[in-house]
Parts: sequence; C-alpha cells; structure tokens
Amino acid sequence: MEGLSRRGLGRAAVAAAITVPATARAQSAPSGEPIKIGGSMSLSGGLAGNGRPAGLTHKIWADEVNARGGLLGRPVQIISYDDQSSGAQVPGIYTKLIDVDKVDLVVSGYATAIIAPAMPVVMQRNRTFVSLFGTGVNSEFKYDRYFSVNPSGSNPNQTFAKGFIELAMAMDPKPRSIAIVNLDSDFHQRAAESARSLARSAGLRVVYDRAYPPTTVDFSPIIRAVQAARPDVVFVGSYPPDTAGLLRAASELRVNLQLFGGPMIGPHITAQKLQLGPILNNLVVWDVYAPEPTLQFPGTQPLIERYQPIAAKEGTDALGYYVPPMAYTQMQVLEQAVKKVGSLDQGALAKAMHETTFDTVIGPVRFDATGEWPEPRDIYTQYQGVQGNGIDQFKKAGTQVILYPAQYKSGELRKPYTAGA
Amino acid sequence: MDPDLALLLNGIVSGLLLGGLYAAAAAGLSISFGMLDVVNIAHPAFMVLGAMLVALFWGATGIDPLVLSILLTPAFWALGAAIYVAYHHFFERRGDEAIQGLAFFFGVMFIIEIGLVLAIGPEQHFADASYANTTWRLGEIDLPLRMLVPALVAFLAIGGLALFLRHSFTGRAIAAVAQDREALRLLAIDPVRIKRLAFGISIAMAALAGGALVVVQPVDAGSGHIFIGRVFAIVIMGGLSSLWGCVLAALAFGVVENVTASFYGPSWSPAVAFGALLLVLAVRPQGFFGRVA
Repeated sequence: MEGLSRRGLGRAAVAAAITVPATARAQSAPSGEPIKIGGSMSLSGGLAGNGRPAGLTHKIWADEVNARGGLLGRPVQIISYDDQSSGAQVPGIYTKLIDVDKVDLVVSGYATAIIAPAMPVVMQRNRTFVSLFGTGVNSEFKYDRYFSVNPSGSNPNQTFAKGFIELAMAMDPKPRSIAIVNLDSDFHQRAAESARSLARSAGLRVVYDRAYPPTTVDFSPIIRAVQAARPDVVFVGSYPPDTAGLLRAASELRVNLQLFGGPMIGPHITAQKLQLGPILNNLVVWDVYAPEPTLQFPGTQPLIERYQPIAAKEGTDALGYYVPPMAYTQMQVLEQAVKKVGSLDQGALAKAMHETTFDTVIGPVRFDATGEWPEPRDIYTQYQGVQGNGIDQFKKAGTQVILYPAQYKSGELRKPYTAGA
Repeated sequence: MDPDLALLLNGIVSGLLLGGLYAAAAAGLSISFGMLDVVNIAHPAFMVLGAMLVALFWGATGIDPLVLSILLTPAFWALGAAIYVAYHHFFERRGDEAIQGLAFFFGVMFIIEIGLVLAIGPEQHFADASYANTTWRLGEIDLPLRMLVPALVAFLAIGGLALFLRHSFTGRAIAAVAQDREALRLLAIDPVRIKRLAFGISIAMAALAGGALVVVQPVDAGSGHIFIGRVFAIVIMGGLSSLWGCVLAALAFGVVENVTASFYGPSWSPAVAFGALLLVLAVRPQGFFGRVA
C-alpha cells in the first residue's frame, strides 16, 4: 500500500498553498493535534484515472483549510492508501485507518466498487461516512451515517436513465425501439435496469438487451448485432477501455442512429476526449458537470482554475471537470458538518448532515434518510462541433452542451450519431 | 445478403482479425511455455510493457506503432535473455522451476505492472496509427485496418519465426531443446545458451504483440490480465510447441468468441471459447498439432 504522500503530491501542497489568497493565509495558523481524515484511493489500477484527480483534490482542500486556520482550530491531515482499484484491498485499509492510524473521520475512495467493501468496517465502528460517486451503495446496508456525493439519488434503478429516455421521446419522429448494451458491473447494471424499465413505460420496444464481460477485447460483434436489431436509439453503459472500443467499432461500422449514448464513462477523462476527437460528435453522455454557463456555482470555476496547473505538474487528468468538483464537495460536506457540530462526535455529525443543506462548489447539497440526494441531478450532455484532437475546444462552452435537466439546458439535441463520419 | 448471413460472415472475419491479435500475444508464449517448459505467466505483462513503451515513443516521434514495436524487439530480446539467466541460475538449475519458477514469474508480472504505474502512470495510453480510422469494405464484409494491419504483421512475424525454427541450425536446436536437452549436449550445443536465446525471442515477440495491442485498443498497466487465460488456453489448444497450432487455435478462439457475441451475446463468449478448449482437449489431448508423448 502507498500513502497519498507519494512522489509529487508534496509539490501539490506547495502549489495549492501558493494559490490560496493572501487574506486566507493571514488567518491564524492551526495548532494542536491534527484532525486525521482517512480513506482509500485508487492511485493505480483501472480506476486510477479518476482516483488520482480525487486524491489531488482532497489534498488541495486540506491545504486550503489549513491555510484558513484549520478545522476547529486544528490542522487537518489526509491519510490515504492506494487500494489499487481493488475492492479486496478496501476492508483492510479502513481497518488500519480506524484501528491503527486512529483517524478521526473517514471518507470513501472513488466509485461504487470501492465504497461498498468499506461499508461493513465503517458500520461496525459507527463512523460517519461520506462517499464519492457511489451508486445505490446504501440501498442494501441502510446505514444511517452514510452520505453520498453522487447525483443519482436514492433510486437509480428507476431514475438513472430518465433524462436519456425523455430526450429520446422528445425527438421527432418519436423513436419506437431501443437497444441496451452495458458492462457487466454493479453501476451499469443499475443504469441498464433503469433504461429498461423507463423505456417500457414510454412504449419503446427493447430490441437488443445484452451485457458484456469486462474481458471483452473486440466490440465490433456487439455494435454489429445492435445494428442488425435496427433500434432507433441505443443506451450504452461502459467504462473507459470499453468506451473507446465501442466508439471505435461504431466508427468502423458506420453507425447511423438517432440517439446513441448513456453512462459511457470515458470522455470524462481528458485523455480519452482528446483521443476520440470528432468521434464524440453528437454522442449523448451522462455526466455531472460541463463547462457551460448554465451550470456554474460559486466556487466551481475557481476550483478548476486551482486544480488544472497542479494536475499539469502531476500528470493527472488535465481538465478536471468530472471528479474534482465532486471530490471537493465531499470534503466540503465534512468540513461544514464539523464546523456546525463543533466536535468530531460521529453521531452528531451524522445528525447534522441529515439536517443541513450544504453550500458547495456544485451548488446546494442535502441528503435524504438514506444519505442520497433527495432530487437526482443526472445530467445528460452532448458533444457538438468537436474538430481535431485539441484540448482548448473542450474548455469552451458549446462543445459539451447540456441537454437535460431543463434548468441547466444549454443547447439542443443534434442527431443522428454517426461516430465522426 | 440475408442479414443473419452477413452477421455470421462478419463475425467470422472479425474473429479471424481478433485471432491475429491473440496469435501475436500467444506466439511468444508458445516458445517459452510450449518449447522451453518455462511457465512465463508474465508474458502478457511484457506485451503491455511493449505497448506502453510504443505509446510513449509514438507520442514523442509519431512513428507508426508497429514499426516502433519492431524497433523495440532487440531490447526486449536482451531483456528476455537476462531474465532467463536469472531464472536458470536461481530455479531451473536447481530443479525448482515448477512452483518456485511460477512464483518468480508472478513476481516479475507484478514488478512490471507496478513499475509501469510508477514510471508512466496508471492512466490509459494510446497510439493512433495513421490507418486506424480506415475500414475497407468487401461487399457487406468490413475490414477495419485497426484490426487487419496488426493481424497481418503478426502473421508475417510468426511466419518468419516458423521459417527460422524450421530451417536454421539454431532454430532446429531450439525445437530440439524442447524434446531432449541432453541430446543437444552430444552435439556440443549448450542447451542453456539455446534456451536463453529462445526465451529472448519469446519476449521480443511480446514487444511485437504490444505494438499490435496498442493499435487495437488503449492500454494501461493492468491490461495484460485479460490475456493471461486466453494465451495459455491458445498455446495448450494449439499443441504447446507448435507455432502453426498456436495460430490455428488463436484464430479459432477469435472466431468462436465473436460469432458467439454476435448471435448469443458477449457474456457467453468466454464460456463458449473455453468450452471449445475443453472439447478439443477431450477429443485430442495433445492439442491441434501436438505430438503424443
């Protein structure tokens, strides 16, 4: 296992400190024993592409809090171990964090597959737990000290694909059939279940409905079978390596579909945006943030501006639109709850989290009885007008327009999806 | 053309192209595992090492990824030879190669993966060949060059390797060491030197396979995991020491996977492909081209 203080992240601390306003630095320095905040983080393995930006953002938050005088007058210290993107590592990490390192607070690493294995350890020790990008984790545990920083709400199996299906049904002419393709993983099974249920309710005929295993190498048979089923719209759930394979295959097989996309995790990572370039045009992708004027909250842009130069030095995700705002929010929830309670009492913190609406860089956040967001905020975006593989176009409004929900809408749906042809 | 027939033909053709990638990945293992009896479970990790280096050099130079992988082969040969020296000294020479040798290569695999994460990073890396976005059409049959070119390069490399093994003195010695290493000594040939040379070749083939892999898909340090089961199955199905058997098994594996994915869904692909392996071994325990002991 590796601590977050591995090579380079120390430099992040210095860089972050430099960027903190002078007025903040002028505040009194924190003193006493540090408040230790522990968690696992995927710094290697398949989830590291998003785990490393999350770890970096936690460090930025800690440096800013310390520069502002700390938490309860004490400095904060992040203790993090690399879970290698493996859920099997996670229970041991949290056992060590709580029993050996004696951390005061615990937060999760990135994504459902890492959060769920931490739950039994956290629950046994009655810790309040703020998670990051966990979908439906608490639906089975029903732990009253779990709080999820994820926009999919408490019933993703029913609501996740709502935006996608509403976009499909608003098309003219109305679609009559849908194909559903998803990776055989917990998150994508939930998303597919939602699409299946909502499609049937909307009167769409499901003409193809298959999951693929994570070991899939060639995606052309999947795309070809989808084409043979002749759907009007295609809902796809995939992770980064598969997303690249699916979109490459779609390009090679000259797909022409009225609507294509879904929770295709991949273009969220800057390197994949740049690699795919025009193949992204008209692809509809579930997301949590896009640099559109309709989705700006106080603090969003300043955070991204602080993150990007540090990320460039660290060689991690360059744009930081996907994970950093959510990871920063995770820590803001913790920070504001501790300030409100005035202590580190786990029960009091949980009670405060249930009662409070938090003011964060992704807007106001509150939690329902299960620790999920009462109103889902799944955003469906569409890439438009992507030319070549340059990075600057992705920083501008209008390249990844928001189609859903209506209150954040910044553009109109373009069709069909032709994979760059 | 009937849509089902078009689906079937495309499934077969895309399976053959996928088989080309599998053949590239398995050919080196056919030498180390099939001929030298070295259970190199790190072979796919060497392939990923090659792929990551190709991606890095492609980013710096823009040279075609497959050309870069060919340029990497001498360095990988030297790396393979050095690893064999260590393996022979610490395990094979003492007769500990079975379990401890396997543990050694497990260790090598983890060292490569962690080394790649620390040195290059955990993110995915890619190399876009100039032809990667082109697809040839033969009627209703699609031939994406992203799959076709790596497959052709792999077949050429394997063909060249087969000619070397069949027609050169050293190549025959490599084939002989698989059968009777003591007999080689009677011909005044050092079997350890021959095995060192052959193991270097197997790792050089992994570099070439890495070039093919990074043309087909983005890679990260752990990308080799999904190939471990497949490449060993292919080598066993092919008959261990037969390169042509390895190619035939790779093609069969690719076709079975893709035709199954086309008609019955991708979830069934691995089960059917490995079921086919069991069937082949039940009917022909020595594999396609293996000799009965």
